[in-house]
Amino acid sequence: MSMAKDSWRKPPFIANPLIRYGLYGAILIYVGLTLATLPIDWERVSDGMRRAQRIFSGAFPPSFERSGLLIDGFLESLKIAILATVGGILLSVPLAFMAARNIAIKPVYLLGRGIIIVARSFHPVIVAIIFVKAVGFGPFAGALTLVVYSIGFVAKLLAERIEEIDFGQVEAMRSVGAGFIATLAYAVVPQIMPRLVGLGIYQLDSNLRASAVVGIVGAGGIGATLANAFGRYDYDFALAITMVIVGVILVSEAISGFIRKRIA
Amino acid sequence: MLKISNLTKRYGSGDPVLKELNLTVEGDQLTSVIGSSGAGKSTLLRCINRLVEPTSGSIELNGTEFTALNRRELRVARRRIGMVFQSFNLIDRLTVMENVQVGRLGYISTWAALTRRYPREDIRHAYELMERVGIAHYANRRADELSGGERQRVGVVRALMQRPEILLADEPTASLDPKTSEQIMTLLRDLASELKLPVIINIHNVTEAKEFSDRIVGMRYGRIIFDGQPDKLTNAEMDEIYAGVPAMDRAEVGAVA
Amino acid sequence: MMNTQPLQQTLDHWSRFTLRQRLMRYGGLALTLLVVAWALSSIDVIWEWVWDAPAQMGDLFGRMMPPDPSNLPSILEAIWQTVNIATLATLFAVLVSLPVAYISAQNTTPNRVTLWIGRFILVSSRSVNTIIWALLFVAIFGPGIVAGIVAIMFRSIGFLGKLLGEAIEEIEQKPVEALEACGASRFKIVLYAIVPQVMPAFFAVSILRWDINLRESTVLGLVGAGGIGMILQGAIDTFNWPEVAMVLLTILALVVFGEVVSSYLRKKIL
Ligand SMILES: Nc1ncnc2c1ncn2[C@@H]1O[C@H](COP(=O)(O)OP(=O)(O)O)[C@@H](O)[C@H]1O
Ligand SMILES: [Mg+2]
Repeated sequence: MSMAKDSWRKPPFIANPLIRYGLYGAILIYVGLTLATLPIDWERVSDGMRRAQRIFSGAFPPSFERSGLLIDGFLESLKIAILATVGGILLSVPLAFMAARNIAIKPVYLLGRGIIIVARSFHPVIVAIIFVKAVGFGPFAGALTLVVYSIGFVAKLLAERIEEIDFGQVEAMRSVGAGFIATLAYAVVPQIMPRLVGLGIYQLDSNLRASAVVGIVGAGGIGATLANAFGRYDYDFALAITMVIVGVILVSEAISGFIRKRIA
Repeated sequence: MLKISNLTKRYGSGDPVLKELNLTVEGDQLTSVIGSSGAGKSTLLRCINRLVEPTSGSIELNGTEFTALNRRELRVARRRIGMVFQSFNLIDRLTVMENVQVGRLGYISTWAALTRRYPREDIRHAYELMERVGIAHYANRRADELSGGERQRVGVVRALMQRPEILLADEPTASLDPKTSEQIMTLLRDLASELKLPVIINIHNVTEAKEFSDRIVGMRYGRIIFDGQPDKLTNAEMDEIYAGVPAMDRAEVGAVA
Repeated sequence: MMNTQPLQQTLDHWSRFTLRQRLMRYGGLALTLLVVAWALSSIDVIWEWVWDAPAQMGDLFGRMMPPDPSNLPSILEAIWQTVNIATLATLFAVLVSLPVAYISAQNTTPNRVTLWIGRFILVSSRSVNTIIWALLFVAIFGPGIVAGIVAIMFRSIGFLGKLLGEAIEEIEQKPVEALEACGASRFKIVLYAIVPQVMPAFFAVSILRWDINLRESTVLGLVGAGGIGMILQGAIDTFNWPEVAMVLLTILALVVFGEVVSSYLRKKIL
C-alpha cells in the first residue's frame, strides 16, 4: 500500500502527442495569422465611433411619424410570406415524394435530393438578388425567393417523414388493388398530413422573418422600407422599423409555437 | 464526536419532519438508521452537513457548532464530513480519478483543479484508497463505464479522500443488487474500524442493518423510538417502527429522497 | 383520424366528434383560402411580369451558361475570407456566449437581475438579422471583413447563448449536490459538475452554428461586409453573368464542404 503511485495525468483527448500538439499548433497559427492580418484601420474605427454616435443620436427617439409606410411595408411582408408558404408547400409535396428513398426510383430520388440541396445551400439574400435581376424589383421577387427558401426546409423534412411511414397501410391498399395515386391519397397522405400542417405553420413564421431581410436587396416588404430609411439617413425611422420587426417576430414566434403545440 | 440536540426540521409551513431529535455518535461505530420511507432519515442526514437547513436545534461535530456557521465557514467545515449517496452522484463524463479528487476540491487551488494537476500526496492517497476498495485499475476510465457496485466504490473513495471525521451514507446500497449491496456494506463496516471513523448509514433493509451495524436507531414520524444494539431489536419494536400508515401515505406521495 | 370516419353511421357520439373535427378542418381550409385570396388580390405586383417570369428566368440562366472560371483565383481568395469570417466570428461568439448562457440559465444565474440581463441580450441578438447587424457595423467599421465578423458574432451570441443556457438548465443536479457536500467553491462546482455535463451540447451547438455562419457569411459582401458576396455583387453590377454562375457554383461547393466538415467533427467529438 505504501508503494502506491503518486503521479497522474488526465488521459489526453488525442492519444498521439504529435497529432495533438500539431493540432493545437495549427489552430493557434490559424487564429493568430487571421487575426494579425485583419485589416483594422483604427483611424477608420474611431471615425466610425463618431459615426455610430451620430447614428444612435439620430435614431433616438424612434420616429413612428410615417407609420402608414411602416404598416404598408408590413402588410406586404405578410402577403409575401403567406403566398410563398402556400406556393412552397404546393411545390414541396411532390418534391418530397421525389426525394423519399422508399417511394421514388433512384434517378428521381437523386434529382429530388439535388433540388433540395441547391435550394438549401443558397442564403435567401443571394436567391433574392438573382430573382430581382430576373423579374424586377418588388414583392414578386421576394415571394419567389421565399418559395425556394420554403422548399429547402419543408421538402427536406417532409421527405424524411415519408421515409418513416408505416408501410403496412400502403401494402393493405395495394392488396385491394388500389392504383398508385389512390395508394398515396389514402395510405400515405393521412400519415404525413399532421407533419405537413406543422411545417407549414413553422415556415410561415420563418418566411415572415426572412421577408424582412430579402427586402434589403430589393425584394419588397418591410425590409425594403428599412433599407430605404437607412439609405436616406432616417435613422429614427429605421430604429422604429427595427423595433417593430423585433416585436412582430417575437409575437409570431409565440403564436406559431402555440399553434404547433396545440395541433401536435 | 457528533452530537445532535433538539433538532427540528420543518419544510415550508408543514408539519415538522424531525421533532426535537437527539442523537450522539462517537468512536468507530457503524450506526444504522432504519425506518419506513418518509420517516425523516434522509432529512436527518442532510441536516448534519446542512444540505438541508435545520429549523432549530444544534449540531456539534468535534467542538464545531454547525448551525452557527456562515456560508464560507460552512464550506470549510463540510470538508470534515464525507457523504455517500444512494445514486452515487458521480460526474459521468469525468474519469474515476477526477471523481475521486472531487473530495479534495475544497483544499486545492482553482488552477490545480482546472488543469487536473493534483498534489502528489492526494494522488498517492487516492491510489491507496482505490486499491483498498478494488478500483485502482479504473483510474483512467470514465465513471459512466463502471457497474453500479464499482460506481458506489468511487463514491466511497471520494468521501474518504476528504479525510473526514465522520461518514454519512444515505441508502448507499438501495440502487444495488443484493450481492453487491452486501459487499458495499462489508466495505463500509471494515473501513469504519480501519480508519477509526464513525459511520451513519440510512438503510431500508433491516436484515442488512442487523448484520452489519454496531448500533441501530429506529425512526418513526421524525422521532427516534429505538436506539440500541442490533440484537436488542425485537419483532415488537420493529413492528412499531414500521407501523403508522398515515405517515407512510404522506411520505409515499411527497418523498423526495 | 381518417380511419375513424367509417364509424360515423354506427356510433352517434363518434359522428359528432368527427363532425366538429371536420368543421374545424373545413373552417381552417376556408380561412386559408380567404387569406390567400386577400394576399393575391392586394399584393402590389405587375401580373404581366409574373407571366413573363419563366421566360425571363430562362433567359438569365442562358446568359449564365457556361460559367466563366477566368476569375477563379480571386473567387477562391474571397471564399477563404468567407471561411475566416465564419470561423473567427463563431470562435469569438462562443467565448462571449458562455457567460451569457451562465447568467440566463435559471439554475446558475446569480440573481433575478442578471437573469433578465441575460435574457435581454439573447432576445436582442437573436431577433436582429445578420444583415441588419452588418448594415450597422459597416457604418461603424467601414466596409470590409471586420464589420462582417462582428455582425456574424452579434447574431451568433443569441443563438449559442440560448441553446447553451437550455443545456445548463437540463443538467443533472446530483453531482452538484455531491460537490456542495464536499465543500467545493461555486467556481469549482461549475468547473467539475456543470462544464462536463454541458460539454457535448457545447460542441454540438458550436459546430452547428459554424455551419450556419458559413452560409450567412456568403451574403455579408452584399452590404459591403467582406467575403464572397463582394465579388458576387460586383459581377451582378457589371452584368457578368458567367462569373455570377461561377461564384454560385463555388458557394454551393463551400456549403457542401461545410456540411461534410461539420458532420465529420460531430461524429469525431461526440
Ligand atoms: N425538499 C423537501 N421539501 C418538502 N418536503 C420534503 C422535502 N424532502 C423531504 N420532505 C418530506 O419530509 C418527509 C421525510 O422525508 P425523508 O427525510 O426523505 O424520509 P426518508 O429518507 O426517511 O424516506 C417526507 O414526508 C417528505 O415528503
Ligand atoms: Mg430517504
